Amino acid sequence: MKRQHTQKLAVGLITAAAALVVLPIILVIVFLLVKGIGAISWEFLTAAPRNGMKDGGIMPAILGTVILSMGTSLVCIPLALGAAIYLAEYSTESRLTRWVRLAIVNLAGIPSIVYGLFGLGAFVLFLDMGTSIIAGSLTLGIMTLPVVISTAEEAIRAVPREFRIVSQSLGATRWQTIRHQVLPHAIPGIITGIILGLSRAAGETAPILFTVAAFYLPNLPQSASDQTMALPYHLYVIATQVPGMPLSVQYGTALVLLLLVLSLTLVATLIRTRMRRNRDW
Amino acid sequence: MIQPKISVQNVYYTYSSDGLEALKNVSLDIYPNEIFVLFGPARSGKSTLLRLFNRLSDLLEKGDYQGTILFNGRDVFEPGTDIAALRRRIGMVFAVPTPLPGSIRDNLTYGPRMAGISRSELPDRVERSLRLAALWDEVKDRLDESAFALSGGQKQRLCIARSLTLEPEVLILDNPTSGLDPLSTSMVEETLHELKQRYTIIVVPHSVQQAARVATRAAFMLNGELIELNDAGQLFVHPQDKRTEDYVTGRFG
Amino acid sequence: MNLTHQAVQIARRHTTGVLLRVRPLMHWRWRNWIELLIESVIKLAGVSTILIVALIFLFLVREGLPTFLDIPLRALFGDRWYPIEAIYGLWPLIVGSLLVTAGAILIAVPLGLTTAIYLGEIAPPWQREILKPLIEMLAGIPSIVLGFLGWVVLAPLIQDLGAPTGLTAFSGSVILAYMALPTIISISEDALYAVPKDYRDAALAIGATQWQTIQRVIFPAARSGLVMAVMLGIGRAIGETMAVMMVTGNAAFIPSFGADMAFQPVRTMTATIAAEMGEVAQGSLHYHTLFGIGIMLFLITFAINSLAGRLVGHQTTNRRQGGRL
Repeated sequence: MKRQHTQKLAVGLITAAAALVVLPIILVIVFLLVKGIGAISWEFLTAAPRNGMKDGGIMPAILGTVILSMGTSLVCIPLALGAAIYLAEYSTESRLTRWVRLAIVNLAGIPSIVYGLFGLGAFVLFLDMGTSIIAGSLTLGIMTLPVVISTAEEAIRAVPREFRIVSQSLGATRWQTIRHQVLPHAIPGIITGIILGLSRAAGETAPILFTVAAFYLPNLPQSASDQTMALPYHLYVIATQVPGMPLSVQYGTALVLLLLVLSLTLVATLIRTRMRRNRDW
Repeated sequence: MIQPKISVQNVYYTYSSDGLEALKNVSLDIYPNEIFVLFGPARSGKSTLLRLFNRLSDLLEKGDYQGTILFNGRDVFEPGTDIAALRRRIGMVFAVPTPLPGSIRDNLTYGPRMAGISRSELPDRVERSLRLAALWDEVKDRLDESAFALSGGQKQRLCIARSLTLEPEVLILDNPTSGLDPLSTSMVEETLHELKQRYTIIVVPHSVQQAARVATRAAFMLNGELIELNDAGQLFVHPQDKRTEDYVTGRFG
Repeated sequence: MNLTHQAVQIARRHTTGVLLRVRPLMHWRWRNWIELLIESVIKLAGVSTILIVALIFLFLVREGLPTFLDIPLRALFGDRWYPIEAIYGLWPLIVGSLLVTAGAILIAVPLGLTTAIYLGEIAPPWQREILKPLIEMLAGIPSIVLGFLGWVVLAPLIQDLGAPTGLTAFSGSVILAYMALPTIISISEDALYAVPKDYRDAALAIGATQWQTIQRVIFPAARSGLVMAVMLGIGRAIGETMAVMMVTGNAAFIPSFGADMAFQPVRTMTATIAAEMGEVAQGSLHYHTLFGIGIMLFLITFAINSLAGRLVGHQTTNRRQGGRL
């Protein structure tokens, strides 16, 4: 039967295509692990670069990325949480709500390099912050908003509506209801969203290019108005800007960045599944 | 002349979503310390009416409301009404038992805590309302267990107790025994008679039989209209309207 | 019955004490003010998202407007980008972006769609459990890491295959395709999933093979979702910067038209901004022009996402919150 042949062929091709998508992912991770693991040592993680960054470690870059992530969350969390609560609890089917949703969709779509331009124009120059941790955090924080808003809104909406009705029928106000009956149950989902957002911010290069990232700094940043090194930019620098850089250092840096970002993603996923299992409603 | 606790005057209600006229020119008075039963077939407008009393309608499906509803002589839809305070004074128990996540104690202290009542007063309120709802003996040693661990009947009595912690003036029960076994049902009914001494009770019953058992006065509703309103003794024994008679005797519904 | 009676008795005994009414609280007005304040703050946070988008555009325009005022339009869309001699023709960059994006879409869409079909229709559950997180993981890999791999592994590989250099539009397309894949797969999957199960069952019941069902029933029914997947894929690809910058060779020339078009070095709009902004004098025409490119990127992605957002809007407004009381 010709039909059956077509069917077999089609399924075969579809499976092959899926393999073509999935195998490279595994390959990339395994490859980086194999190539990079040798470079990673205690010194690599805790020492400053030496000898034109060819020796020593990448501690200032790791630290910079951690600092930037914290700054990002400071900027992003209050705003994102507010917007998510607005969308899930206070918004009506109005023109304003549609505009807010449109704005979020577009925030998610704006290229990261454009965020970099915005950060340069608005924070570095107009607000005269200079290339600084604060300018970088603001830029990354705004870039992270849409991810966190969407996940947080979803988490808030997932709380059964009965809780809200019962709570308000017991004389709780709208905010009391949100504060005591909605947010506590949405927190795991919200945290998942925040961590996912941070993992993305931690891996971004383009938005920090002109707002905070330093090629090489002899000292660690002392205040929020200092520049800092950061892992993604450091990888870019040592891969393309420094001739004669040993490959092992490059692979090691790439692996550290990958592990940092993926472990954040993993933590987020774990929290999500853990909390889903524990809820009793 | 006693002032009605709740006075419904020419109320109309139309749902926006499907244009259903849920209430058509309904007028009735509910007096203190009676068990007022509102009965009729499904979708006759009973729940719609009850949810206007404490403005729970604000939270549910949108609709077009006309008319006046007075609680202690004051219009509940008056602008500037403190809705939270209104809901504390008109308690509500739903058809499906709906504990909030958390312990039995959490459920009972939630309303008072949100109302800003001092913590020292809470244990007293918990015990008193549990006793009133005839649940104290069953749960007094497990107040910190999850409310979801209770049986269906216990959950519903917990919900009644939870409303009572706020010492409301009116208690609305919208088909409170729908999922309960006969023993739990009779316990809830007993509780209602007990509560009548101190509260105004409004009940949507599970059946005509239940209506006749618990009511002091009763109103029969059909397709959003109030058909007949009378003392329970009269309404169930000598209904004036043919439709009421048909429904009470089980000829339709 | 006895039990009930007992309970009632106990209750009666216990409730003869003085009743505590919930009085309207002393500070209920104060509480209402707090409520109002919180509500306003939350509303403000919601509205701020609109404000932020507006601000982003405003600052791009503030820095980028001189581009369009000072450079004649013909020169701006000229075919040479040579800032050292103050020649700012954007055409090579636009062609570069289009070429890389088109290549990425050509690779990613068929792969993404088939993978979505595989996940939804063919893969056994245990495979799905493994594959989905893996694809999510791909979305999590920083673009700089993929760019780095493209630079040290993919480019030499392509060169070994006979191209004059490995840093080509094609290399960029491959890397970009993999970056766009998670988006494309998840949206197509949703679209396929939304096809009612009845359609599928009906087709299979009248004797269609699995492939015929996919081809004749599921594809057409899921079309609008699939269109959206492609659109968002384009939006994602056209804005990508670091990876593309590392592997496309960064030559601001219009590639000669022909079969090997994809195997020549190009330079995209995004890469131009990233590579040159660090070296320009602030306030120079070159500086303004880089912001001008930013404006174009903003407008392109804004158009794509607004369109896609409307499609999504249609799907989600029908979704009601569940609940029964």
